[in-house]
Amino acid sequence: MTTAPQHTLEIRNLHVTVETPEGVKEILKGVDLTIRSGETHAIMGPNGSGKSTLAYSIAGHPKYTITEGSVTLDGEDVLEMSVDERAKAGLFLAMQYPVEVPGVSVSNFLRTAKTAIDGEAPKLRTWVKDVRGAMENLRMDPAFGERGVNEGFSGGEKKRHEILQMELLQPKIAILDETDSGLDVDALRIVSEGVNRAKETTGLGVMLITHYTRILGYIKPDYVHVFVNGRVAEEGGPELADRLEAEGYDRYLADA
Amino acid sequence: MRELAPLFADEPAAGHLAWTTSELPAGVSLTQVSEDDARTRTVRAPGDRASAVAVKHAGGAMALTFAANTVVDEPITIDLEGTGGDVRGHLLIEVGTSAEATVVITRTGTARYSELVSVDLADNASLNLVLIQQWDADAIHAGEVLARLGRDARLRGTVATLGGKVVRLNTSAAFAGEGASVDLFGLYFADSGQHQEHQLFVDHAVPHCTSRVTYKGALAGATARSVWIGDVLIRAAAEGTDTYELNRNLVLTDGARADSVPNLEIETGEIAGAGHASATGRFDEEQMFYLRSRGISEDQARKLVVRGFFADLIREIGVPAVESSLLNQIDSELAHVEEVIEHE
Repeated sequence: MTTAPQHTLEIRNLHVTVETPEGVKEILKGVDLTIRSGETHAIMGPNGSGKSTLAYSIAGHPKYTITEGSVTLDGEDVLEMSVDERAKAGLFLAMQYPVEVPGVSVSNFLRTAKTAIDGEAPKLRTWVKDVRGAMENLRMDPAFGERGVNEGFSGGEKKRHEILQMELLQPKIAILDETDSGLDVDALRIVSEGVNRAKETTGLGVMLITHYTRILGYIKPDYVHVFVNGRVAEEGGPELADRLEAEGYDRYLADA
Repeated sequence: MRELAPLFADEPAAGHLAWTTSELPAGVSLTQVSEDDARTRTVRAPGDRASAVAVKHAGGAMALTFAANTVVDEPITIDLEGTGGDVRGHLLIEVGTSAEATVVITRTGTARYSELVSVDLADNASLNLVLIQQWDADAIHAGEVLARLGRDARLRGTVATLGGKVVRLNTSAAFAGEGASVDLFGLYFADSGQHQEHQLFVDHAVPHCTSRVTYKGALAGATARSVWIGDVLIRAAAEGTDTYELNRNLVLTDGARADSVPNLEIETGEIAGAGHASATGRFDEEQMFYLRSRGISEDQARKLVVRGFFADLIREIGVPAVESSLLNQIDSELAHVEEVIEHE
């Protein structure tokens, strides 16, 4: 993809707090990360290390307060943008627990989102074809379109629906928050194919947050970042994932 | 409820609603009946003061009658427009044996209106009755719908209350024969200054009848109020009864208040099922975040969520023109909500 435009998501010294019943707690303690088009960054780490907080902070979830640092997309200040402006700027978050929106059909939701992102309604004929094709690729039944958003979906259906949105909305940078969690291997393969397709066709940059190394057999990371206690504890190439597979996170936790 | 007081006054009222009625096909008639006739043809005595006053002072009733075996495909529409003042109304809807019909009654304009609607379904009759309260902002309305269902009769009743200052619309359905069923749906949207009240009573007096009550409301604005009371009585003789009632309220802004009181009284253990559910919740911020994270703006996301909240209910109405009109009205209600939120 030499002709694909280059985009850069830059996270600098990001500090994030959250309100808990015990008071304000700092979850992210100075995160530095740069993701460019076409790159895949695996973020690995133990439970509670702040991986999901990083994902949701970038997407703008109101629960999190940024106390220090910056996030920019192609130099634009992401933290100044509202949640929907971030999506329009080209960010996408595939959620670990996608939310049910009863009574809103998948097809209506997809068309509304696409219209919002593009600033104009998609041409009906090509759009219907695109949706059908994307659903076929993800082995989703066409009847899916008439169901309520995530309403009564199985875990695997929810994750496929997230990837379906990603493929149709064509973001510049996608954050996949534990998209592999709870998937059996067939669903994992289907979902991974979707991510790889998006990388090939649009030069998508990917932040792949995962708890397990298995998905890295299907989506090859260019970089691996080990996330411990709210910051990046170690960085390396794909070989770092192999080492984590063999040794686990104990080595980092002892230091923390 | 000081505003309701004029509707309780035991005295005649001079005002009228202007009637506009769709063309009536063969087997259907709309006639004026005398006070005495109106009283004997009403399915039972009024259950509250406002409807009792309405019956006493309406000067007779209008009777919409479907002859036995008449099947009307197109909905019969009755538009009632208030032009101010006190109005007493008494309406009879009588559906003969094995007749089937849909009746849509829409109230607009303004009035201080008390009414009784008597619904009499003969054996095996089927009625889809839609009552739309689309009043101007200063209208006061206290109404009671009394329904009696003969053997194997089916009543599907929908109430949509959007306009008016104070609207109290109570529905009471009683089974007079076995094998009958009622589905009572309601949707309401209360803004600041609006009080909307719906009390329901389903009387299972005979065996093997089914009832479903599903009411959903949205509230926006500091002084928006809604009251829902759902009573179901399963009498000792009513073996094989199957009943479920549900009320859900979506509170869109601070200060709005929704009261929700389900009651179930069961005098026999030999029933097929009985249950109720009531939930009143704040607007779900996680749903908003999810939609907005896909680029959808805040007001559009809110619109999607609220439309979605009402969607299954509206789909049950089965009259496409009414369904799309109600969705549009919900959108315009939401446009007001935007203003309220911006002022907060």
